[in-house]
Amino acid sequence: MIRFDAVTKRYPDGTVAVDELDLEAPSGRITVLVGPSGCGKTTSLRMINRMIDPTSGTIWLDGRATADVPPATLRRGIGYVIQHAGLFPHRTVLDNVTTVPGLLGHDRRTARTRAMELLERVGLEPRMASRYPAQLSGGQQQRVGVARALAADPPVMLMDEPFSAVDPVVREQLQNEFLRLQQDLHKTIVFVTHDIDEAIKLGDQVAVLAVGGHLAQLAAPAELLSRPASTFVAGFVGRDRGYRALGFTTGEVALQDEPTVRVGADVGDARRVARDEWVLVVDEGGAPQGWWLLSGDPGGRADHTVEAARLNLGGTLATAGGSLRSVLDAALSSPSGRGVVVDDDGRLLGTVTAAAVIDRIEALARDGRSGDTAAAGRP
Amino acid sequence: MIDYWSSNQAEIWRLLWSHAWLSVVPVIIGLVIALPLGWVAARHRWAYPPLVGIAGLLYTIPSLALFVALPGILHTRILDVTNVVVALTVYAVALLVRVVSDGLTSVSADTLQAATAMGYRPAGRFFAVELPLAVPVIAAGVRVATVSNVSLVAVATFVGTAQLGTLFTEGLSRTVNQLPPILTGILLSLVLALVLDLLIQLATRLATPWRRAEVRR
Repeated sequence: MIRFDAVTKRYPDGTVAVDELDLEAPSGRITVLVGPSGCGKTTSLRMINRMIDPTSGTIWLDGRATADVPPATLRRGIGYVIQHAGLFPHRTVLDNVTTVPGLLGHDRRTARTRAMELLERVGLEPRMASRYPAQLSGGQQQRVGVARALAADPPVMLMDEPFSAVDPVVREQLQNEFLRLQQDLHKTIVFVTHDIDEAIKLGDQVAVLAVGGHLAQLAAPAELLSRPASTFVAGFVGRDRGYRALGFTTGEVALQDEPTVRVGADVGDARRVARDEWVLVVDEGGAPQGWWLLSGDPGGRADHTVEAARLNLGGTLATAGGSLRSVLDAALSSPSGRGVVVDDDGRLLGTVTAAAVIDRIEALARDGRSGDTAAAGRP
Repeated sequence: MIDYWSSNQAEIWRLLWSHAWLSVVPVIIGLVIALPLGWVAARHRWAYPPLVGIAGLLYTIPSLALFVALPGILHTRILDVTNVVVALTVYAVALLVRVVSDGLTSVSADTLQAATAMGYRPAGRFFAVELPLAVPVIAAGVRVATVSNVSLVAVATFVGTAQLGTLFTEGLSRTVNQLPPILTGILLSLVLALVLDLLIQLATRLATPWRRAEVRR
């Protein structure tokens, strides 16, 4: 656990970057510091590994005041990832990753073996190990940065806008992989970002900081969206809060059975099972492939087959047990108005209408409880 | 010319060898001195102008004046080769302080920040990260210093140190056949400068495999 105890950073020119900050980052969880520029989020982060020393106050790391630990020793036990990865250009990927084990005097062979495992874990092929950073894309460099921070298996990781400098598609990939990695590793992570969506997506708890280094609110993402503590937080959290909060609400919505046909099936069969103009098409394994529009079939000849190329792919898929946001989105995006819900293996479970989801949301709101408990009962 | 070479072979080799080490050794000593000075200039913004400024001034001292003044300062004999080495070292330092400092400041702030955050202590960070990354810039400066030293060494003839410059005075002192020694001196100086330059380039290439990777990308 990392604990900030009345921590203040005041620069000689009188600027106060962080003002009497009290904050706890629980072990094994992701704490996100978010706020506009000048809110002291990066300063707070760097005070943890003593890259910056506080003017007053104490930072405790698992019960030890960081000020009592020599900086180099402290830092070798804390993983650190920054925006542009900050890889050493003159060292190969493998040598970059083994930096901290090297500094700690760990056995070289073991360190290299472990580094290779880590590279695989962050999604890099073994042949990347002998490359130099300049030969990698931005996303790949960032992956190496994460592997390097994890190399000596530190219990704590500090991440300073690690995914901000890559394009949105890669950023989302990296975020998802990072969450998967954290599920296995349970590191104590402090993560800095200026992007509230990233904060809400990644954080177990989110600390919103205001300019001048005041803590405006510390809360779980769902609470931040539903109960912003001040107009500053409400403004910073932004629009669509109601809709985005659904991303943290799970709840069972009754599914209807949906008649289906296989890819390549006879159009006549499709017409027989159809409930309206749209028929859901699945593959042999039962995974939804798209919607078939009966009236779009030229001539409507009975011997015509259902071709994969002519399917409407507009609908998103919701996974059972997922958020109500994804279920509602599946319904809203489906050409038939029926949202497709699948199990964890991608097989069709049934469909649901937007009206049914809204009813469920309103029922949950009436009960005044979160859907998390209801979700536990899902098959 | 050929006759001159064959009859003076041993002497020419001796002069060439002496010229070579007088060109190289001061650069090496100069680099060793310039490294800490350049490091200070790179690390503290206030130290850069005075350090680089003074170093630049040193370069404006006429070489002959320095050769003559040094025995008084160092209490060496006037014909002592030490004077030449010291004088040339001063010029090397003059050139290299700025180069070392610029090379160290060229290392990206992200890289330095990451190195510190990994747990490098200042000295470890300097040798493991900053210095290797400054090599391309420093090596470029070393090339200039070495080649300019090859030409400066010749002036040492006037304080009695034998090297290729000796061939010029020898040529001029002759009444006939002046050209062969003078041409030999010029030619060998040129060849020496080229060879040393190539050697430094080769060493730089070997020390910076990561730069070729950049180009290949």
